[in-house]
Amino acid sequence: MIGFLQNLLDALSLGSLYALAALGIGLLFGILRLVNFAHGDFITLGAYALIVPSSADIATLLIGGWTWVALVPAVVVIVVVVALVSDALIFRPLRTGSAPTLMTASFALSFIIQNGILMIYGARPKAINLWSGLSDQVQIGPLTTPKLDLVVIGVTILLMLLLTFFLKRTRYGIQMRAAAENFRMARHLGVDANFVIGLAFAISGGLAATVSLLFVSQTGTLTQTMGQPIALFAFIATVVGGMGSLVGAVVGGFAVGIIVVMLQAYLPPDLRSFRDAFAFGLIILVLVARPSGLIPTRGLAERV
Amino acid sequence: MVAMLTVEGLSVNYGRLAALREVSIHVDPGELVCIVGPNGAGKSSLMNAIAGGVAPRAGSAKFENKELVGMRPEHIARLGMSLVPEGRQVFSTLTVEENLRLGTLIRRRSPDDELRLARIMRHFPRLNERRNAPAGTLSGGEQQMLVIGRALMTQPRLVMVDEPSLGLAPMIVDQVYEILRDLRQAEGLTLLINEQSSKRVLKYADRIYVLRGGVIRLEDSAENLQDGAAIVQAYFGFARPAANAGLPA
Repeated sequence: MIGFLQNLLDALSLGSLYALAALGIGLLFGILRLVNFAHGDFITLGAYALIVPSSADIATLLIGGWTWVALVPAVVVIVVVVALVSDALIFRPLRTGSAPTLMTASFALSFIIQNGILMIYGARPKAINLWSGLSDQVQIGPLTTPKLDLVVIGVTILLMLLLTFFLKRTRYGIQMRAAAENFRMARHLGVDANFVIGLAFAISGGLAATVSLLFVSQTGTLTQTMGQPIALFAFIATVVGGMGSLVGAVVGGFAVGIIVVMLQAYLPPDLRSFRDAFAFGLIILVLVARPSGLIPTRGLAERV
Repeated sequence: MVAMLTVEGLSVNYGRLAALREVSIHVDPGELVCIVGPNGAGKSSLMNAIAGGVAPRAGSAKFENKELVGMRPEHIARLGMSLVPEGRQVFSTLTVEENLRLGTLIRRRSPDDELRLARIMRHFPRLNERRNAPAGTLSGGEQQMLVIGRALMTQPRLVMVDEPSLGLAPMIVDQVYEILRDLRQAEGLTLLINEQSSKRVLKYADRIYVLRGGVIRLEDSAENLQDGAAIVQAYFGFARPAANAGLPA
């Protein structure tokens, strides 16, 4: 039982990262019908922003050496700016483009960011030590866990509450929900398309930056493709949860996290190296049972 | 009198298909003008082009002397003109109140917003009862009331309503028209309404255009068209009536 609770805590921690990334992807999909494959690269960029730009093998901390009160906003601002610039330069000129066009553009953006990082920082993985105090173990009753897991879960809950408050209670949040459901009608009521889309990119970037920091303090390694596996799992989470539903993105993120961790823990040892095959097998089963996700969006199905 | 809305030579194409051919209409302040025509006549295209939803191929549309062609829909909405599109289009996951408030969110917060909301709730008591329900759970008639109320929240001087009767029971349609007429008096609105059936239009409109095949076939005051014969001719195109045909003998 204690073993199971321990695994559940791990699953919630991993699921939190997927849920945060899935929210970032789901938000842009909801508003723009853009499946943003560059989201993982926004995450990567946030991590690289911590060190001095140089191709040296040993990473020198820049922003990463600051106190967290300055570090977190700085990294968030950098990724948000990159997200907004991506919108202005790439996605705004493609506003009337089809969903596949937007998706292809996001692939292109993904490669541009990855190769940009390669050019500036070099190809070798870099070790980086961020918030090493967080890997200390803490005791909660019978469970032992690194502080980091608790921080990840806590930050995720906090951000989800903030996002919910923003979407339900503020004027821009209501505009975003309206735009996500029926963009044309929202515009006829005076909702500014470019502003709302920019806001979605900014929030998505902020979420990506948060994932960067939490992830890099877990792994301690920088590579130019580090964000991609998270974004891939997060994308799957948005599909499992129900494309276009933010609650679905969160539910899907946790579902995928729980599936992955529990398989790792309970598969027979011989089969563990094939964990992802089992994980995706389960995901296919979920999709066969519920093709439009765990929490389907009515707005998508009922478009007149 | 200077017209509130002036459309001149407006043409809209979808690919090679011409939806509107050099349509010219005008709406004067305080008028209730109806555009009647069969399905596919181009009525929705006309409203969409005026509201910035589709880009016309040629022509101009002016609201209070301001050129609308080339403007974005969200900017047109802020001029004081509101479109109530076909098929109601409530935001089904937002509550009734959020749907209504959306109309004010584009402006600076003002105490007038609350008064306005209260006034609209008085016009539509049913919406007040359901104010915290998701709009998707309302009946068709209630949704039609909601989109009209929502349009009014933007403080428009001109409201364009695209086929308010579509998919509603005749009794509900009558209610919708009664409300539009009341609102027109209470709020000093100017109304442009698309409709397929001419019967109701003759009862409520000041002036009527008949649109068929993307071309205006007839324009006259409702008074002159009361016996309906000229409208029927223009609507079905069995004979080519002259403009201002008046009452046939």
